[in-house]
Amino acid sequence: MNAELRSVKTSAERALADAYMAAKGKLPGDRKVAALRDAAAARFDVLGLPHRRVEEWKYTDLRALLGDAKPLAGAPDNAAKDRARQAGKLIGDMDVRRVVFVNGVFAPDLSDLDNFSKGLTIRSMAEALTAGDAVVAAHLGKVATPDREGVVELNTALMGDGALIHVARGATVERPIHLVFAATGDKPASIFTRSLVVIEQGARAMLVESHDATAGQQVNTALELVVGDNAHVDHIKITGGADDLIHVSSLMVTVGAHARFNDFAFNIGGGVVRNQTFIRFDGEGTLASLRGTSLLKGKQHVDSTLLVDHKASGCQSREVFATVLDDESRGVFQGKIVVRQHAQQTDARMMTRALLLSDEAEADSKPELEIFADDVPCGHGATTGALDENLKFYLMARGIPEVEAESLLVQAFVGEAIEGIEHAGLRDALMAQVVTWLEKRGI
Amino acid sequence: MLEVKNLHVTVDGKQILKGLDLTVNKGEVHAIMGPNGSGKSTLAYVMAGKPGYEATEGQILLDGENILPMQSDERAAKGLFLAFQYPLEIPGVATMTFLRTAVNAQRKKRGQAELTTPEFLKLVREAAGKLEIDMDMLRRGVNVGFSGGEKKRNEILQMALLQPRLCVLDETDSGLDIDALKIVSDGVNRLRSPDRAMVVITHYQRLLDHIVPDVVHVLSAGRIVKTGGKELALELEASGYAQFQGEAALAS
Repeated sequence: MNAELRSVKTSAERALADAYMAAKGKLPGDRKVAALRDAAAARFDVLGLPHRRVEEWKYTDLRALLGDAKPLAGAPDNAAKDRARQAGKLIGDMDVRRVVFVNGVFAPDLSDLDNFSKGLTIRSMAEALTAGDAVVAAHLGKVATPDREGVVELNTALMGDGALIHVARGATVERPIHLVFAATGDKPASIFTRSLVVIEQGARAMLVESHDATAGQQVNTALELVVGDNAHVDHIKITGGADDLIHVSSLMVTVGAHARFNDFAFNIGGGVVRNQTFIRFDGEGTLASLRGTSLLKGKQHVDSTLLVDHKASGCQSREVFATVLDDESRGVFQGKIVVRQHAQQTDARMMTRALLLSDEAEADSKPELEIFADDVPCGHGATTGALDENLKFYLMARGIPEVEAESLLVQAFVGEAIEGIEHAGLRDALMAQVVTWLEKRGI
Repeated sequence: MLEVKNLHVTVDGKQILKGLDLTVNKGEVHAIMGPNGSGKSTLAYVMAGKPGYEATEGQILLDGENILPMQSDERAAKGLFLAFQYPLEIPGVATMTFLRTAVNAQRKKRGQAELTTPEFLKLVREAAGKLEIDMDMLRRGVNVGFSGGEKKRNEILQMALLQPRLCVLDETDSGLDIDALKIVSDGVNRLRSPDRAMVVITHYQRLLDHIVPDVVHVLSAGRIVKTGGKELALELEASGYAQFQGEAALAS
């Protein structure tokens, strides 16, 4: 018998397969969508949940971590909706258009759906799947889809609802769109949200995605994002929630020529969080920055995994990640930059830094470059260390108490990544969250 | 104001100060001179409470209170200030934030109200102007991209804002050209007052032309081996430290 052959499924894998069989008749979508689901479910059946022998999941053994799969979430009750009103507050008082999902279901009564600017369309994914929406038909499941990725297959099979956003060619959406995902049910559930955002040529939009959850929720969320030629898009994802949460997120992005794309991931809660990003540069001369900051405590585990695929020439990508780890937390960074043979003059630089505030915390960093072109400046770096005692002494010698001195140094540490957010209000709001986190930490 | 009594200090298990005694009254400026390795910087660091500098015997009394058991920030709040020989760079912490946090932390500890933003800005503008420090520089990270002279001026700016009662200046002249030396010395001299004492640590006499001391001590092999008036500094400039190294060797 082949040692790689996995004949025994875990109870979570069996429960997920059973859940699909039981739910497939009721999941939204026309016949084409049903076929898409079936094909994805069949691939998941072969792949199973990712585990430590899959290189991309080496440090986050989801099969072991997901002891049991919770039942699929039902329609949210009023209590869950009430709690959802408080969700997404980490962005501070910035003026946004809130689009709210409670337990994975679009909540129009909690959303701000008036006065859309010209060229902006927002609709529920469930509704779009059922109606055979043209944007869905053109893009869903086709945006930088990773190979052999069990959690994405599972998301495609079980996707319930999410946002479908379209910004027409040349349109500018002034007010940032805030997708509020609130998994706020009383009982732990499995939630599968799927969103598709298409920003056409020359358009401008800012999208903030925030995820909050009550205890025990298991969230599998996926977002496909198409950035057209000459478009300018900001995407910020904020993940918080209860300590025993399992949150798996897949961001799949294609970027056209001469575009600008800024991505930022802010993690300040949750139990096990996996943020995987797959981005492909399809057109030349694009600038992209992928940044992130994680603040971890207790036994939190946050895994940021990137696959940056430079298919077109002359693009610049910058990846800057800063992780602060306290207690027994664990931070994982895996970043792979691929520069294909024809992607000459690619300028890709990746930097990941981990700051350990406790002897028991663990940081794993795995930057990789795979370069097939011969004329490219590319580089990566990784550092892991404790707070600099000499700097702390310098601050304390000026009368700054130890807790405040450490706080200043941690703020400085995450500042480099957070300063990459172009929106000043959001930048300040997230920095304020960092300060609050540090104040709660004490010493 | 300051009484150091029989101070013994080890660093990394090695004994550096071996029974140092020093008394500085308020209003006085004392210079401590000595060859490299005599323990000058160790004295500065142990006074400020740097981790790793362990006092195994003796006391440092500030107004009669032993500061050795205190954390560095408590010592600062009591009025001790160390101007660093090598001021550190702190990228990401704006100098203004740093100054304001320090001033208000000390005020808080002394039971004084924190300064408002306009009050603080007024203080900084005045103090920085006298030291020829551009306000734009203070928006940058602490000492990041500062020249050697700018770093030393920034130390004196901190001293001016914090208004300490006991100032310890560790090799403040190192790395300064003659113009910068003048600006820094003038800054220090403006802070001389009947209520404030200063300990100026230096290898060379040149700084003492600008900051004229009341008392000069020679430190060698971990002890004060000679004390005199300001003329002692000139004597040392002429004859060097070799004679004292001999005396110290005999004494130990």
